[in-house]
Amino acid sequence: MSQSLLQELAKLLPAAALLTSKEALKPYECDGLSVYKGLPLAVVLPETIEQAQAIIQLCKQHHTPIIARGAGTGLAGGAMPTKGAVVLSLAKFNQILDIDVENRTATVQPGVRNLAISDAVAQHGLYYAPDPSSQIACTIGGNVAENSGGVHCLKYGLTVHNVLGVKFLTVDGELIELGGKALDDAGYDLLALMHGSEGLLGVMVEVTVKLLPAPEVAKVCLAIFDDIEKAGQAVCDIIAEGIVPAGLEMMDKLAIEAAEAYAKAGYPIDAQAIVLCEIDGTEDGVAEFIEKVEVVLTKGGAVETRVSKSEAERMQFWAGRKAAFPAVGRLAPDYYCMDGTIPKAKLAEVLKQIALWSDEYGLPVANVFHAGDGNMHPLILYDANKPGELEQTEEFGKKILELCVQVGGTITGEHGVGVEKLDSMCVQFGKLELSQFLAMKDVFDDEGLLNPGKAVPTLHRCAELGRMHVHNGQLPHPELERF
Amino acid sequence: MSDCSSALQRQVQDAYHSGTALNIIGGDSKSWYGREPVGEALHVGAHQGIINYMPTELVVTVRAGTKLSDIADALDKHQQRLPFDPPYFGESATIGGTVACNFSGPRRPYAGSCRDFVLGCTMLNGKGEILKFGGEVMKNVAGFDVSRLMAGSLGTLGVLLDISLKTLPHRLAEQTVVIDADFKQAIKLMNHWAGTPLPVTAMCADGQTVYFRICGASSAVERSRKEIGGTIFDDGKSFWKDLREHQLSFFDTDKALYRLSVPPAAAFELLDGTQTSDWFIGWGGAQRWLTSDLPFEVVQRYAKKLGGHARIMRGGNRSEEVFAPLSPALMTLHKKLKHSFDPKGILNPGRMYKDL
Repeated sequence: MSQSLLQELAKLLPAAALLTSKEALKPYECDGLSVYKGLPLAVVLPETIEQAQAIIQLCKQHHTPIIARGAGTGLAGGAMPTKGAVVLSLAKFNQILDIDVENRTATVQPGVRNLAISDAVAQHGLYYAPDPSSQIACTIGGNVAENSGGVHCLKYGLTVHNVLGVKFLTVDGELIELGGKALDDAGYDLLALMHGSEGLLGVMVEVTVKLLPAPEVAKVCLAIFDDIEKAGQAVCDIIAEGIVPAGLEMMDKLAIEAAEAYAKAGYPIDAQAIVLCEIDGTEDGVAEFIEKVEVVLTKGGAVETRVSKSEAERMQFWAGRKAAFPAVGRLAPDYYCMDGTIPKAKLAEVLKQIALWSDEYGLPVANVFHAGDGNMHPLILYDANKPGELEQTEEFGKKILELCVQVGGTITGEHGVGVEKLDSMCVQFGKLELSQFLAMKDVFDDEGLLNPGKAVPTLHRCAELGRMHVHNGQLPHPELERF
Repeated sequence: MSDCSSALQRQVQDAYHSGTALNIIGGDSKSWYGREPVGEALHVGAHQGIINYMPTELVVTVRAGTKLSDIADALDKHQQRLPFDPPYFGESATIGGTVACNFSGPRRPYAGSCRDFVLGCTMLNGKGEILKFGGEVMKNVAGFDVSRLMAGSLGTLGVLLDISLKTLPHRLAEQTVVIDADFKQAIKLMNHWAGTPLPVTAMCADGQTVYFRICGASSAVERSRKEIGGTIFDDGKSFWKDLREHQLSFFDTDKALYRLSVPPAAAFELLDGTQTSDWFIGWGGAQRWLTSDLPFEVVQRYAKKLGGHARIMRGGNRSEEVFAPLSPALMTLHKKLKHSFDPKGILNPGRMYKDL
């Protein structure tokens, strides 16, 4: 069966577009979550929609799973190959097809890098707002599949808020067009549905994004706190003042120390927490609001505040936060980046619990957050070479995600479920909801060939786990004490 | 304040067992929208109340039968609002109907649409099962985005019970400025200013005048006014409300009201059989209203050529299609999706498309 598929793919594609040797397949064995690896049957790199259609149709005929892949920067194992599957790389779909300045849209192929879009339209005073931290490498197709966020999504929304149209291929190789340059389309909002569908419903082959006028100016206020609870409260205070920052981030002591050692952004290494609050807009507007922010943060207990005086200084303030992950990565042989969202008001409670577990497990945690929207990234430090430590780390991580659900949040704010959080999906959703997801998957792909084993767990898996279903943020028997 | 989930659930379960069509009604303010409603009335209006409002989390969770006016009052106390500025089309309007229709006001191109602010929902499917999707936070990518799929689905996928929406602060000064312009000039101007950082939050044109609403820090507003030029229009607040509610004299017509959704900078070429006074352009060019008795196919073809689609907003023949046609592949997906939520097809059958 597989041999015949490979033969047919070889007839269809030039040699360079079909990878089958072990050495050639190795770079595709995982995405950004490198602990989960697998070797596929083959990797294909089509250059045209017609080629991609033909590939998908061949795979379907041979009942072979298809795993779409952009840049492979995902952090949940969503692009992890499974045995016998074909990885469909969109890397060669890297052209910007149309920049429409009047309508403020850009139509691009899915393999175009997120940052490349803003770079291409900067000369027109426009940019593409969603800025996941991997934007220098991640692709827009992957951004749609994950509904990616980033620092600036507090003000500008997720990918779904910034995309006007998508063309995708179904598992039958049919090309479906949703939206375009208008602000909406007829029928159901399948454009919203495709966002965050993690490669399960279709393969993106074209994306039309909304472009925004680049803000005139942006300023950052860096505030230093001697108490992380105060910092968390101050973040709420900013919102209470009616201010909507462009970005509102927080780092804890360990993250600050790591970032400063690595990026030398000028962060005070004895601080318990720092808050970075960015305001963008017109000169006057920004001046007015950044002053308000400073006042609020100082009232909230900041021991010091600094406001960027130039674009260069603004970039420097951000340098530490942007380098947080690699910086933390220097502290231990390995780190595991968690991704959960909680109501901001629960921050202190959640951090306390994470600190307790950190002691229990003997695994340090550095915390980096998109504080403005409650999206946490606890970074658990471990050593994969120590037997059992990876498993302990994952157990710790799952506890954190369950806690996020318990306090009224969610198991994933932007990284997606992938393979990583399948068990946690059993905690966040009940049987009825999971059945609905599976039924919707069935509508698009009744054989389950598109990225199988990802994003939505089977009911069987959840039943086997015997996980407590945490419904509506409440544990069953809330009157019982939990130890 | 009342939670009618159980009663509503029973009614849907009964309807599922007997195969009875249900017509979902909130405040009954939008019965004129979509194709002809059929079925036994399912009244959601009594299912009311704000379940959870956290101003510093920028989220409000409400029961679907809650009146828009009650939500506006509650949010106003904390100087917040629903950012998509929904039209009511009647004082009895509920949030459930608003989300089901995905209605958004003049602010939509600059702030986002109704669907953009949906964070989560609890709903009854066509079997009378209660399902909960999304949550109360914006950064949430767990599971398929069923909550946002529900927006604009006209009650054909489920009965909305509770909805979580993002709120935003609403404290800034606003001013409206007008300039003389015909439609062609207006479209150029509106799209020019939309491409600059100036804080414009609504733009429309009536064929003789183009209207800009500027909103932001007082210094930014003054500067914007100077840069745009034009004269201050004192009656701005009621003008934008009248536009939103279709109370401007333009909307007072016996002809059908068409809504065209097109790229905002799409050229304005008068459709044969229409005159300038039949048109009103909103959403900075992206939403164009036409009063006309031309056949739907003619208007849809025109909208498609511009890169968009058309629908009959009000009037016309509601026993025929009123929304733009879908490709066969897309219609198949729609039918299967509908079936996955509502296997017996009892929820608002035919409200969107004849065969859905």
